[in-house]
Amino acid sequence: MRTINFTLNGEQVSAHVAEHQSIVEILRDRFDLFGARESCAQGLCGCCTVLVDGTAVSGCLYLAAFANGKSITTVEGLATNGKLTPIQEAFLEVGASQCGFCTPGFVLMAGQLLEAHPDPDDDDIRHYLSGNLCRCAAYPEIIAAVKLAAGRLKAGTT
Amino acid sequence: MATRTIGSGQVGRSVPRLEGAAKVTGRADYVHNIRLPKMLVGKIFRSTVAHGRIKSLNVSAAKALPGVYRVVTIDDIKTVIPNPFYGPAFHDQPILADGKVHFVGEPVAVVLATDPHIAEEAASLIEVDYEELPAVFDEVEAMTSKAVVHDELKPAGTFPDLKHLKGKKDTNIALDFHLRRGDPNKAFAAADHVFEHTFRSQQVLHVPLEPFVSAAELTETGLTIHTASQSPSFVRIEISRLLGWPENKVRVKVPYLGGGFGAKLYIKLEALVAALTLLVRRPVKISLTMEEQFYTLTKHAATFRIKSAVKNGKITGRDCEVWWNGGAYADIGPRITQKSGFTAPGPYDIDNVSIDSYSLYTNLTPAGALRGFGIPQLVWAYESHTDMMARALRLDPIEFRRNNILRDGRAQATGTQMKDAAVEQVLDRLALRMNWTAPFERGTGPVKKGRGIAVGFKASISPTTSIAIVNVAADGSVTLYCSTVDMGQGSDTANAQFVAEVLNVPAESVKVVHPDTDVTPYDMATLGSRSLYHMGNAVRLAAEDAKAKLSALAREVGVPEGSNVPVAELFQKKYKMQAGNIIGTGSYIPNYVPPDANGLTPEATPFWMVGGTGAEVEVDTETGHVRVTKMISVADVGRPVNPRIVETQLSGAATMQFGFTMQEKIELDGGQITNASFADYKIPSIVDIPRDMQNEAVESEQGTGPFGAKGVGESGTFGVSPAIANAIEDACGVRLTELPLTAEKVYRALREAQGRPLED
Repeated sequence: MRTINFTLNGEQVSAHVAEHQSIVEILRDRFDLFGARESCAQGLCGCCTVLVDGTAVSGCLYLAAFANGKSITTVEGLATNGKLTPIQEAFLEVGASQCGFCTPGFVLMAGQLLEAHPDPDDDDIRHYLSGNLCRCAAYPEIIAAVKLAAGRLKAGTT
Repeated sequence: MATRTIGSGQVGRSVPRLEGAAKVTGRADYVHNIRLPKMLVGKIFRSTVAHGRIKSLNVSAAKALPGVYRVVTIDDIKTVIPNPFYGPAFHDQPILADGKVHFVGEPVAVVLATDPHIAEEAASLIEVDYEELPAVFDEVEAMTSKAVVHDELKPAGTFPDLKHLKGKKDTNIALDFHLRRGDPNKAFAAADHVFEHTFRSQQVLHVPLEPFVSAAELTETGLTIHTASQSPSFVRIEISRLLGWPENKVRVKVPYLGGGFGAKLYIKLEALVAALTLLVRRPVKISLTMEEQFYTLTKHAATFRIKSAVKNGKITGRDCEVWWNGGAYADIGPRITQKSGFTAPGPYDIDNVSIDSYSLYTNLTPAGALRGFGIPQLVWAYESHTDMMARALRLDPIEFRRNNILRDGRAQATGTQMKDAAVEQVLDRLALRMNWTAPFERGTGPVKKGRGIAVGFKASISPTTSIAIVNVAADGSVTLYCSTVDMGQGSDTANAQFVAEVLNVPAESVKVVHPDTDVTPYDMATLGSRSLYHMGNAVRLAAEDAKAKLSALAREVGVPEGSNVPVAELFQKKYKMQAGNIIGTGSYIPNYVPPDANGLTPEATPFWMVGGTGAEVEVDTETGHVRVTKMISVADVGRPVNPRIVETQLSGAATMQFGFTMQEKIELDGGQITNASFADYKIPSIVDIPRDMQNEAVESEQGTGPFGAKGVGESGTFGVSPAIANAIEDACGVRLTELPLTAEKVYRALREAQGRPLED
């Protein structure tokens, strides 16, 4: 067991963790954050996506101990004072979630995509989101939502 | 998709999902989120053999591991549930293996601990010695196999047509359904052409991204089960039966589901967590891993032999033999065998039909409902067969279908008249969207292009009941109580739209209370595209009841008919303060007549679903690689209640079936699944789907549906597999009869057609 100190959605926190525990386990059990979810447990579905120092990782494979000194952002940390981000707004408007279990992962990855490619075409979007799975297959809507958000961010209308 | 609103403008409008904001912020409520005081978690130890007697079970090393609270076997379970067998059709499935195991992955013991890692490690220390028994895996072999899965059949008694099977021995047939209409033999004797083909569907599974999860806790008044279930009312009734308790001592609560697709029906983990909680008097939660989903429920693999008589371009007779691979426990397989079995001849007007449909036990993971309830397996066969006949007869596949399809007013194989089933319209719209009559560019190099269509239909599961309650509070705000489970299909939103339409309020303002059997009334289950129709009708009736009571209240307090006095003022006038409720109730069960000895009935279903698919493909003839470039889904959904959600349901269903068509297959080695993970079992990702996907709901009304609507969750699946196989033959001349349609299969078929087959 060891104590880790890290920034969680902008707040300084600490936790006592075992070496084998993943960050997604700690977020769920110690911090009541359920948006990052373990699903495939192999880093292949994207449901457990969290940002570590601004970069997306599979939270089911990322050991909690590695978070020491880092800044972790989860989907719960995106909206501020109840105001959704442009990507969340676009997902909501287009109807890009069905069961919603994969949605946080897609929202976070779409954020990474638009940081790297503010004006992505369909292939960029597919390529960037290929590590996130949606069994309900809202893929056409997800592509539409990412484009809507990109357009608005570019135009500065949000 | 076009918007067609009615009356208050609530039905027919693309209302954003009520829970949309909760889902995009990660705050939606799932069983996954539940943590109860002093909760233990369970890890399941599973069978490693497909069929065997348990000679000894050694749990001592597991028990001795520090941190383990308890190790539980069937003997412990029997102290709280003496007869621990459950199931919707047969009481054949034990809560834990009882003396025998029937498939690889069957739960044998459970370790309880507060730390899931300790429970998992302890489970790996359990040792079992098996006496292996002969096993059977293939559904056709199971008909005659000497290996018999169950010593004795145990029908549940829920379905009267299974009672005759009680106590039957030495058979793997859990149900055989037979239908005879007209005189098929005469039709075959008089035919110009007779065609016979056999098709196979492989074993695949649902893999909702939220794996199965259930938790149970004892309360002052009984037992509460929190579960990711599509059938809370069934869970309550079945757990009550197992415990010998009245229904009101068992409370079942269901928040949102992270996908269901038919997997989370009936009893999955609920009986286990209930028994464990009663044993240890502490809350218990079990969350399965992705791998464990492969040992819980699959879709039925199926073999379908279909034979048709054709005379003057008309199909005059059809024989259908279908064998359904039900796995080790019946689950709902017998229902699939019958309720889907009777549509095996397809949406065609055929006077002489015989159907033999068999539900078989095998030593595989149990099979159950999966988005289509058996229909995609049937359409795969009859629409491939239809295309092969058209091709052999040198007829245009759309024209051949048009000459033979079932039109409204004509009787389907059961004798039930078709009504509000837009088969022809679906076909017409597909042809139009595919630009069918225009010349088609086929490609010149090694990459050949082709196109295909297919259309299928489905009956609803009948007779089933839904009940709803609409509560109007003293300020006029409205709450709906119903046990329909929103697993992503948008039922909360659609039901809110029905209430809103009747009461003339915005759908967004209606609160929908999630299934909680202490609070929400009975509903058969959320399955088979039944809910929008059955629950929709119940919700509409409940809202109309509330509306009538509001009118009565208005009269009582002296407000003239048709005046615009706000609802809150009516309550104020009556109670002199903000107080009171108006409760409206609605209950719906459609008419149904059970089939006679020949499988015939005038009322087989309250409504028909129709779905068609058009596909364009490119086949690389040097590698066998198939790229589906266009996939068009056209369906009769009645009136679309929420056009945007209808579109997502159509394309989502089509994409799921696209995975089952092109890439998904459970691989087996002696009954052992060798690809039980997302690393090896690949579901469609965003890069796999066709670049051009189109969806359309044809102009249609379901006369008996709520505001003209009917179910939509499955219709997009029906035509996908045969449309693509038909397109592949159109492109490169080879016909595949076994799913999935992999590059290897296409390449092998191409080589065989060239007279230089590949070795195995």
